[in-house]
Amino acid sequence: MDNKKEDIIIDVENLSKKFGDFIAVNNISFKVKHGEMFAFLGPNGAGKTTTIKMLTTLLNPTGGSIRLNGFDPSESKDKARHSFGIVFQDPSLDDELTAYENMEFHSVLYNVPKEVRKKRIQYLLKLVELWDRKDNLVKTFSGGMKRRLEMARGLIHHPRILFLDEPTLGLDPQTRNHIWKYIKQLNRKEGMTVFFTTHYMDEAERVSDNIAIIDHGKIIKQGNSKYLKKITRTKSLEDAFLKLTGHSIREEDASSIDMLRSHRRWRHH
Amino acid sequence: MEAIYIMWLRQLKRFWRSKPRILSSLAQPLLFLIALGFGFGPIYTKAGGGNYMQFLAPGIIAMTVLFTAMFSGIEVIWDREFGFLKETLVAPVSRAKIMIGRSLGGATVAFLQGLLVLIICMLVGFEPLKTIALPMALLFMFLIALFFTAFGTAIASMLQDMQAFPLIMNFILMPLFFLSGALFPLDGMPKAITIVTKLNPLSYGVDGIRASLTGVSHFGIGVDLLVMSVITVIIFALGSYLFSKIQI
Repeated sequence: MDNKKEDIIIDVENLSKKFGDFIAVNNISFKVKHGEMFAFLGPNGAGKTTTIKMLTTLLNPTGGSIRLNGFDPSESKDKARHSFGIVFQDPSLDDELTAYENMEFHSVLYNVPKEVRKKRIQYLLKLVELWDRKDNLVKTFSGGMKRRLEMARGLIHHPRILFLDEPTLGLDPQTRNHIWKYIKQLNRKEGMTVFFTTHYMDEAERVSDNIAIIDHGKIIKQGNSKYLKKITRTKSLEDAFLKLTGHSIREEDASSIDMLRSHRRWRHH
Repeated sequence: MEAIYIMWLRQLKRFWRSKPRILSSLAQPLLFLIALGFGFGPIYTKAGGGNYMQFLAPGIIAMTVLFTAMFSGIEVIWDREFGFLKETLVAPVSRAKIMIGRSLGGATVAFLQGLLVLIICMLVGFEPLKTIALPMALLFMFLIALFFTAFGTAIASMLQDMQAFPLIMNFILMPLFFLSGALFPLDGMPKAITIVTKLNPLSYGVDGIRASLTGVSHFGIGVDLLVMSVITVIIFALGSYLFSKIQI
């Protein structure tokens, strides 16, 4: 194992997040190597999105430390933000703007050079098959179309680290394939590190270099899919995942923002 | 700089595309103008106050700017609700710039609404003193717009959801409007109300517009300008700080 300091682009140690009495993330540690496709897997409510929010400066941790491209996201927020791009799990588009305007807005905020802006927007909108709808307001789009637009937007700028929170949720296999192909290409050509969550285990098995499995706020196993299959003596990552996290169906837990809200309200009483 | 510009542009595009909203936000000032202007007009004149429409119009213009500005500031909560806020919060642009851009956009929109109401006022009989005073009045309208957009943003940055909205309406927005001298002269008020009106930022904005357009002033136009400028700078600093502390 090569564990040289400069190879590690995300270094998480003893990270925790509590909302009142609820522990969303419980003392987790992991490292992501530069240029790696890293899958962060877990059942609903396991703490994936909360972890991503802490990595991307949206939430401050309760305990532990994060180094993201050498910066601490809760201290040097602006520097950390220069290092990554993110596609969120839930929508973050402006409905009152057109598809093209949403793309343009993003390119400006992310400092994509003017010369390449138009070309890249065109390429990506064609990739997700929305080019002929580019001048329509986003509020006229279906859920799947919004998702595709969101994906395309997340790929306009080529960050050092790309966070994808269930990027292909609700998309058809064709689009999923297109998108993963493009991401893989960016990963190879530009050395972009990709940190993603997904519920599609076949996707994770196919594209990831390394995997961490989180459940009830704790990381229960880490390694590549070969290793995970070996230790669980299973044939597919899906089986390995089920063996590690159990077969019971999880209640869709309240998201971290709901936790934050109810906690704040509770505190005021 | 481009980031500030694109945030500004977004607010303007949203404004321009919601024409029903533009119309409906003109209805309230028009109603006030007609109901109060023509309703209290005769009494005001009998009491020796002169032409009430002349007095009221600057107040109604200020009211329009106040409401539009506060709402576009509070829109931060909507953006949070609909997810768009995240997009701007993780961007590699300082949050101060994001806040300034969106506040400038909101303020521009509020200013434009105020301008429309100024025109409406003139249509129903308001006569500004002289045209030279107009730029000064526009400056005050823009200062009110800037201050209250940033004020709305500051409040919205501390809130998690829309539940506090009625509270803001009833305990902040309405008192700001009614206790500002927009509807009645501030002379000869009980002590308690005098103190409140002196602490109310809108009082100086209303007075500034009125001084510019009609030559009648309570605090003096110099004081109005100084107070509005200073508190606008302060609220922008505070708003940027609170906006930069938002967690999602």
